[in-house]
Amino acid sequence: MNNDSIWDWERAWEVLPDLLQGLSVTIQMTVLGMIIASVLGLFIALAMRTPSRWLTTPLKFVVDFIRMTPLLVQLVFVYLLLTWVPGYVVGFVVLGVHYATYMSEVYRAGIEAVPKGQWEAATALNMAKGRTWRAVILPQAIRNTLPGLGNYAISMFKETPFLFAISVTEMYKAGQDYGANTFSYIEALTMVGLLFLAVSYPTSLLVRRMEIRLA
Amino acid sequence: MSDDIQDLVERLPLLGDAVLVTLLMTVGGALLAVVIAVLLGFGSRTQTLWVRGPSRVVVEFFRGTSLVVQLFWLFYVLPVFGFKMEALAVAIVALGLNYGAYASEVVRGSIASVPQGQWEAATALNMTWFHKVRRVIFPQAWALMIPMLANLLIQLLKGSALAYYITLQDVNFWTVELRRATADTFFSYTAGLIVYFIIAYLLTWGMNILEERAKRRLGRGTRPTLRETFGLKPASNPRLANTAGAPAGGGGA
Repeated sequence: MNNDSIWDWERAWEVLPDLLQGLSVTIQMTVLGMIIASVLGLFIALAMRTPSRWLTTPLKFVVDFIRMTPLLVQLVFVYLLLTWVPGYVVGFVVLGVHYATYMSEVYRAGIEAVPKGQWEAATALNMAKGRTWRAVILPQAIRNTLPGLGNYAISMFKETPFLFAISVTEMYKAGQDYGANTFSYIEALTMVGLLFLAVSYPTSLLVRRMEIRLA
Repeated sequence: MSDDIQDLVERLPLLGDAVLVTLLMTVGGALLAVVIAVLLGFGSRTQTLWVRGPSRVVVEFFRGTSLVVQLFWLFYVLPVFGFKMEALAVAIVALGLNYGAYASEVVRGSIASVPQGQWEAATALNMTWFHKVRRVIFPQAWALMIPMLANLLIQLLKGSALAYYITLQDVNFWTVELRRATADTFFSYTAGLIVYFIIAYLLTWGMNILEERAKRRLGRGTRPTLRETFGLKPASNPRLANTAGAPAGGGGA
């Protein structure tokens, strides 16, 4: 134990490989989670547009329920309930479903932002409903949603540490394990925080630039 | 199932304590967050570089490093430097700092959305800066920011579930205990999630009323329909709200 200073650089270097390993798990979880969120979110947004209240009322309740209850509790719930499913699968699926409820709002706003004239033009050209969606509305709507998608990806990235609760060794858990083994959390946890910042801050600048370019 | 219900009824008094802990964290964290948000929000707007620079750094720092890391850092690492805080204080400080940083962007954006003419008119009336902000600018910005702050409040409530892992006996803890007693995962966790949902719903409702009041004070009040008062507004990610009036999900995370 180095008594001269509280911060030990040697230890900081020692923990780094573990953290980078964890970072790759974190990024995998984020990518898989965002794939689920962006696909499921679109389906939710489209389902909410159907005129049938028998479908939209229960769906809206489920979406609100998932959106307004803690991700952490949901993760542990599903993990304990489906004991045969490995933790990392529960991790990215629950992350994906939770964020799908956010993404559905982004899609809704994106679809509503497509000018009414586009619908009218498609009708005037006698396009079928499916073709109107695929060829006219969605390409424009999805362009509107790209900054939202990017922002949620960053947000999800910063929420993956919740997966420590279902023993997925992502970056935070890697740091915590190191701390528990060496009785020294300072280097490990500080490095975890700085690595999060090092990834999320440049990414958020990129998203902001994309937002300005698309606007 | 009837045994489960009996266990649940036996644990209702404990639920009261658990909800109290969760509410203490949520309300305490939210109050701290508002103070931080106003300070950093105004700090990020000033022309003076030595105020704006540090404000931006603090905001980006607390937004960029995860809440989980911040909470456990305060819990495990801060005592090394000789600051030992109660677990409840750690939770309130961590939630307040993290969501305060997010909320400061809401404050900054909302203040920027107040028309320039309002500042000019207040200047023409020879008001001091503080007087202008307190009587003219902030009330208008406040009405704009409430919906986004309401979303952040729900996020904060959800984040507070983490406090179970730093030994606090909140609703999450109650859920785990109920599962231990009933040995029924589905029942206990459904009950726990419903408790969180009810709290979130009541908070949203309270914020809707607050928004209505703020608008009425500006003379823009409309009598809300029952549906508007009791409804859950579709939320863009609160944390992403960067500028007022941005499209849903807009803004930098």
